[in-house]
Amino acid sequence: MPKRTDVKRVLVIGSGPIVIGQACEFDYSGTQACKALRAEGLEVVLVNSNPATIMTDPEVADRTYVEPLTPEVVTQIIERERPDALLPTVGGQTALNLAVALGESGVLEAHGVELIGASVEAIKVAEDRLQFREAMHSIDVAVPASAYVKTLDEALGAVETLGFPVIIRPSFTLGGVGGGIAYNVEEFREMAERGLGFSPVNEVLLEESVIGWKEFELEVMRDAADNFVVICSIENIDPMGVHTGDSVTVAPALTLTDKEYQRLRDIARRIIRRVGVETGGSNIQFAVHPEDGRVVAIEMNPRVSRSSALASKATGFPIAKIAAKLALGYHLDEIPNDITRLTPASFEPTIDYVVVKIPRWAFEKFPQADATLTTQMKSVGEVMAIGRTFKESFLKGFRSLELGRSGRLFAQPEGDSEDDATLQRHLAVPTDRRLWAVFRALQRGWSVEQVHEVTKIDRWFLRQFEDLVELGREAGLVGLRDMSVELLTTLKRAGFGDADIGAITGADAAAVLEQRREAGLRSVYKRIDTCAAEFESFTPYQYSTYERECEADPNDRPKVVILGSGPNRIGQGLEFDYCCCHAAFALREQGFETVMVNCNPETVSTDYDSVDRLYFEPLTFEDVLAIIERERSVGGEVSCLVQFGGQTPLKLALPLQDAGVNILGTSPDSIDLAEDRDRFSRLLWDLGVAQAPSGIATSREEARAVAATIGFPIVVRPSYVLGGRAMAIVYDLSALDRYITEAVDASPERPVLIDKFLEDAFELDVDAVADSTGAVVIGGIMEHIEEAGIHSGDSSCVVPPYLVPERHLAVIRDHTRRIARALNVIGLMNIQFAIKDDTVYVLEVNPRASRTVPYLSKATGVPLAKVAARVMAGATLKELELVDDLGVSGVFVKTPVFPFVRFPGVDTLLGPEMKSTGEVMGGAETFGAAFAKAQLAAGQRLPDKGTAFISVNDHDKANVGQIASDLAALGFSVVASRGTAAYLRAHGLDVEVVFKVNEGRPHIADQVLNGQIDIIINTPLGRESFFDDLTVRRVAMMHSVPCITTLTGAVAAVSAIKALRSQALDVRPLQDYHAEIATDGA
Amino acid sequence: MTRAILALENGAWFQGESVGADGDTGGEVVFNTSMTGYQEVLTDPSYAGQIVTMTCPEIGNYGVVDDDVESRALQVAGFVVREASPIASNWRASGTLRDYLSSHGIVAIADIDTRALTRALRSDGVKRGVITTTGADPEQAVERARALAPIEGTDLVTQVTCPAAFDWPPEGGAPGKAAADAFGVPPVRRASRPLKVAAYDFGMKWNILRRLQAHGCEVRVFPATAPASELLAVDPDGVFLSNGPGDPAPLDYAVKNVKALVAAEVPTFGICLGHQVLGLALGGATYKLKFGHRGANHPVKHLATDKIEITSQNHGFAIDPDSLPGDVTVTHLNLYDGTVEGLRHTSRPAFAVQYHPEASPGPHDADYLFTLFLDAMEERR
Repeated sequence: MPKRTDVKRVLVIGSGPIVIGQACEFDYSGTQACKALRAEGLEVVLVNSNPATIMTDPEVADRTYVEPLTPEVVTQIIERERPDALLPTVGGQTALNLAVALGESGVLEAHGVELIGASVEAIKVAEDRLQFREAMHSIDVAVPASAYVKTLDEALGAVETLGFPVIIRPSFTLGGVGGGIAYNVEEFREMAERGLGFSPVNEVLLEESVIGWKEFELEVMRDAADNFVVICSIENIDPMGVHTGDSVTVAPALTLTDKEYQRLRDIARRIIRRVGVETGGSNIQFAVHPEDGRVVAIEMNPRVSRSSALASKATGFPIAKIAAKLALGYHLDEIPNDITRLTPASFEPTIDYVVVKIPRWAFEKFPQADATLTTQMKSVGEVMAIGRTFKESFLKGFRSLELGRSGRLFAQPEGDSEDDATLQRHLAVPTDRRLWAVFRALQRGWSVEQVHEVTKIDRWFLRQFEDLVELGREAGLVGLRDMSVELLTTLKRAGFGDADIGAITGADAAAVLEQRREAGLRSVYKRIDTCAAEFESFTPYQYSTYERECEADPNDRPKVVILGSGPNRIGQGLEFDYCCCHAAFALREQGFETVMVNCNPETVSTDYDSVDRLYFEPLTFEDVLAIIERERSVGGEVSCLVQFGGQTPLKLALPLQDAGVNILGTSPDSIDLAEDRDRFSRLLWDLGVAQAPSGIATSREEARAVAATIGFPIVVRPSYVLGGRAMAIVYDLSALDRYITEAVDASPERPVLIDKFLEDAFELDVDAVADSTGAVVIGGIMEHIEEAGIHSGDSSCVVPPYLVPERHLAVIRDHTRRIARALNVIGLMNIQFAIKDDTVYVLEVNPRASRTVPYLSKATGVPLAKVAARVMAGATLKELELVDDLGVSGVFVKTPVFPFVRFPGVDTLLGPEMKSTGEVMGGAETFGAAFAKAQLAAGQRLPDKGTAFISVNDHDKANVGQIASDLAALGFSVVASRGTAAYLRAHGLDVEVVFKVNEGRPHIADQVLNGQIDIIINTPLGRESFFDDLTVRRVAMMHSVPCITTLTGAVAAVSAIKALRSQALDVRPLQDYHAEIATDGA
Repeated sequence: MTRAILALENGAWFQGESVGADGDTGGEVVFNTSMTGYQEVLTDPSYAGQIVTMTCPEIGNYGVVDDDVESRALQVAGFVVREASPIASNWRASGTLRDYLSSHGIVAIADIDTRALTRALRSDGVKRGVITTTGADPEQAVERARALAPIEGTDLVTQVTCPAAFDWPPEGGAPGKAAADAFGVPPVRRASRPLKVAAYDFGMKWNILRRLQAHGCEVRVFPATAPASELLAVDPDGVFLSNGPGDPAPLDYAVKNVKALVAAEVPTFGICLGHQVLGLALGGATYKLKFGHRGANHPVKHLATDKIEITSQNHGFAIDPDSLPGDVTVTHLNLYDGTVEGLRHTSRPAFAVQYHPEASPGPHDADYLFTLFLDAMEERR
């Protein structure tokens, strides 16, 4: 059937900010869907609150709303845009939930909007566990025994029959938030209560435990003619009990006989039919009993998902793109397979390699968090690796994780105190470090059977690990010098990196490379073609291996190799992938052959459509150099772009340059200069730019000496880190001593940087582009809402600045230009400034793409990363018609979102170490309205009336009066802790006293629980009341009461509340904002 | 570790590790893209005379299972994989792939660039080849490959057909039937009365018999060379023409017998080689495909319904649609290359498909064809 002709305008809903469980895979799928829909001649209206996405680039959709993803806001957009249809299946759980809400409230019907891809009924059958269970019974598909409860009493009754362990799954939550595994009544009571609270409908499913069963997923598609295909099977190495997002997974499934596999396929087809997903992709999860093969269906996602992004990358089959076309009425056989061109999409990809996905966690950022892996996802990113064998793929994956020494599977740093019992515990309790424990156990001589007993990991995988351990042992015994070419070949073919071999043999990775070159051992590249070479492929989507035939087939056009940013982590995520993609788009337009190297399956950069040549490879020196050498083997100039992918490629800049690779743009030496405290301080001194007093220390004694010179408080951090890893503000000597011990461990090769902490300073971020002629265009000056001391990634910020006087802005602009010229910056540069006591200080300069580039690009309408890429490739800003600093029309606020809700017991207080996973943007005419929108988009619904609780430290008291009286004037009743109340009363404000948690009852937490408090302003009171504050903050978070921990944040919140009360928030597409800037400029 | 060499007639050769029996073997080197079901492939008589390369690199992981065989022996001439698992990890497994190959005398090679081999076969056509573990030098092996008889024009059916007629289910139970039923799909319906099928065994996969049985048929299986009269003598409700190895062109006896059966208006259903034989009997011609269809992911369009089936395939020859007379209709097309995947006589109850509705290995999408066969048989009386 050809495409439907009655659908002309489609609303696509994105997934919002990056959070755990919903990351940039939805930018990948959403972008694909938008492109596919527009290619079919449809008008696309897009809404997504996340400015760091490619999908919100104004050219991806016809109308792009960077607005909060709430039913009210999307209703406004529907009223304004009048789409014919809504595609809810490419924006994760967020989009599905919104679609259901809009369907149930009648908005869709009232405006004649048809849901395409999945109906409300189908979504509900798949998402509502009770309905799903009944649906499965109706088609004779087994599910784990379960009970569905709405109260704690019901839960306690049900668990008597289900027994322990028992799984707790709240209905309608994202990535299993609020779920868990309870092994005893005590745990159960706590988890059931939490789960009920988290579920928007206060429903929890209690489920028979299938922990230890094998876990499989099928990615399936169906079209309107009921044609059905399986795109990919995925096997979880971690058995049931660990969320699939936290599991190491492998594709294709490797331990099922054909009979078992076909049975899963048959069941999957029955499920997608019964659930009623008429067109599109779904992910279906199964548990298979390892001893008798019993199958139970676990869940079904009627939409594209993290797994479907993985499956797309693993097979070369673009699920989201095809799903969008199917939603328009096409049948699978009417859509061509992009890669083979001659065959249709109505087939099942077959693969002749093995794909391994490994999650990456961020527990180092949340030391109080429980690192046990359960049914609730905790990882923040993932890597995918491709090899011809499982072993090769597995080791490539581990090297892609970029964990440094702690990532080593072989020659692991000695855990001397680990006796067998401890090791057994490390195996039995799944954590982010379990696989390392598996390797230690096998290295210690434990048998496959013993490890299987404890971990339930399939013996086949364990045997592969044992083979690897054996190879490692052999290599260690022989040593590098005496290693035969045969053994070296075997190791490389098994996936060992040069650095792995170096670590095992006590040699340098460079020596391994040298020896490898002498032996003529170099990697070849194979293509991902959906069909195991049965047909010719036209897409250079490649991975490395050590085999005979190389299919890379490079050409001699001038090329730029763009190094991506690797796995998402806190501090390095979607923003950098956005920049890499933009660099690729711009350079392709400029006539370069673009080559992307990355190992993150969630991203747009690893879509074979984004670049001319894609290498799905680890971002290590070895792997990158091999690609560059291969690409330049036929002549033609090959340059490398390292400044857009965050710290990952930056670390490779100098080694690559030393290896003779041409680095585009700002020189690695300048990058190094900016990172080198001594050199950089001298430079600023010469330029006459003020900087906070600072020093460097490599030992505790040195640190104490520096502190004595510059005086407390100080900011301490290891050099060469992103996202403020291990950064801290230190107020006294003992804290400094403690810190030095930890920080030196955090970054052994690098010294600790110490700066005077500019307390209460205003902070600002500047992004600028400079070219080879010394021209500098400032993209924007972004004022942080939170004062100095909060990591810039965790601070809300606003453009244009709203409190900083023009004379300071002029200094900032001047400093920016002078620093850019002094560093010979060609490309992007980010500078952090602080203003204290009327002086502008430079805190930090990074001559590379920053986290704020996409946000600023969306606000200004100028794609800064594209501009920078062209400048780096030789263009001048003048040629690109950029002379003046950029401006914006309206006010744009960026607000971070945090993963605290997933980590019970973790403090929500902000500090110099970055903790946010993503961001949203709010745009409006006034600061207050923009801030209110950003808060709403971040999930923080500011109240417009009610009761405000205020409790601030002495330092903040002087400034809290205005906030309190503003709130009172807005009609809030204000209550306060005793000290704060006394201060406010003394200044003429009548406030009631509420007990703090340790003062008696009912205390503030009780009042929050009772719904008596609508907003909390609570600045940290210091160590003695730490746990008191912590309780309040966590209770507030769990009950969605806004809790503001800085005074500047409180001021912003007050202006937002004012805006909320004075006007309704309206919606406006980016295209309109940008058109206005163009008009203003003309 | 024993070394092995795979040499092709075009002079290319690969050195790897022997993972099966010691010795030499020769045959037509082909590739199969199925990611599961290597045991079903090994035991499929249609692979007689062929050295099968699995494109999926990790083979043998789940071992071998007594129930998952498609005939009483291993049928391939040789086996080529990237990695042969040292262990069997599956609750149903009774042994490892390596032991299975060795103990059944199958010469096999692992640890070679199977993708390079596949690409060569795809772009240049399938090749005669030799696997040797005896330390022969590559040039000798290449020479031996060149000396092999080509598969075109060779009658391989007589090597794999049953020596004498037998009944299915056999006494004492049908091998693998319980497992096939447990993991397979239930038939859409069973025969409304016991139906007797007379089947030609050109190299029949047991799962066809299991599926016929599941649909309520009793089958009498005849050797490929049995005259049509022997089949008609059991007064069958229908005749089945099985899959089998190699080139259909030299099978004059089979074509002649099938002509007689079609003329007798007995409902006739053919699969794979049976499809080609039926095509020849109805007046069509066959030709050799460049590299064949072997895998479990081929899309086939059923022209009557426009529905897509994902199918299990294993054939190196195909029917030339232009050769078919006016009273034969093409019913199914391969969406990869447009080749004929099914045909039907317009006035007589005879139809056939080129692919494998019995699956094993592969998807169960086409099981409805057995129902169509039931319909034809039941309609007749």
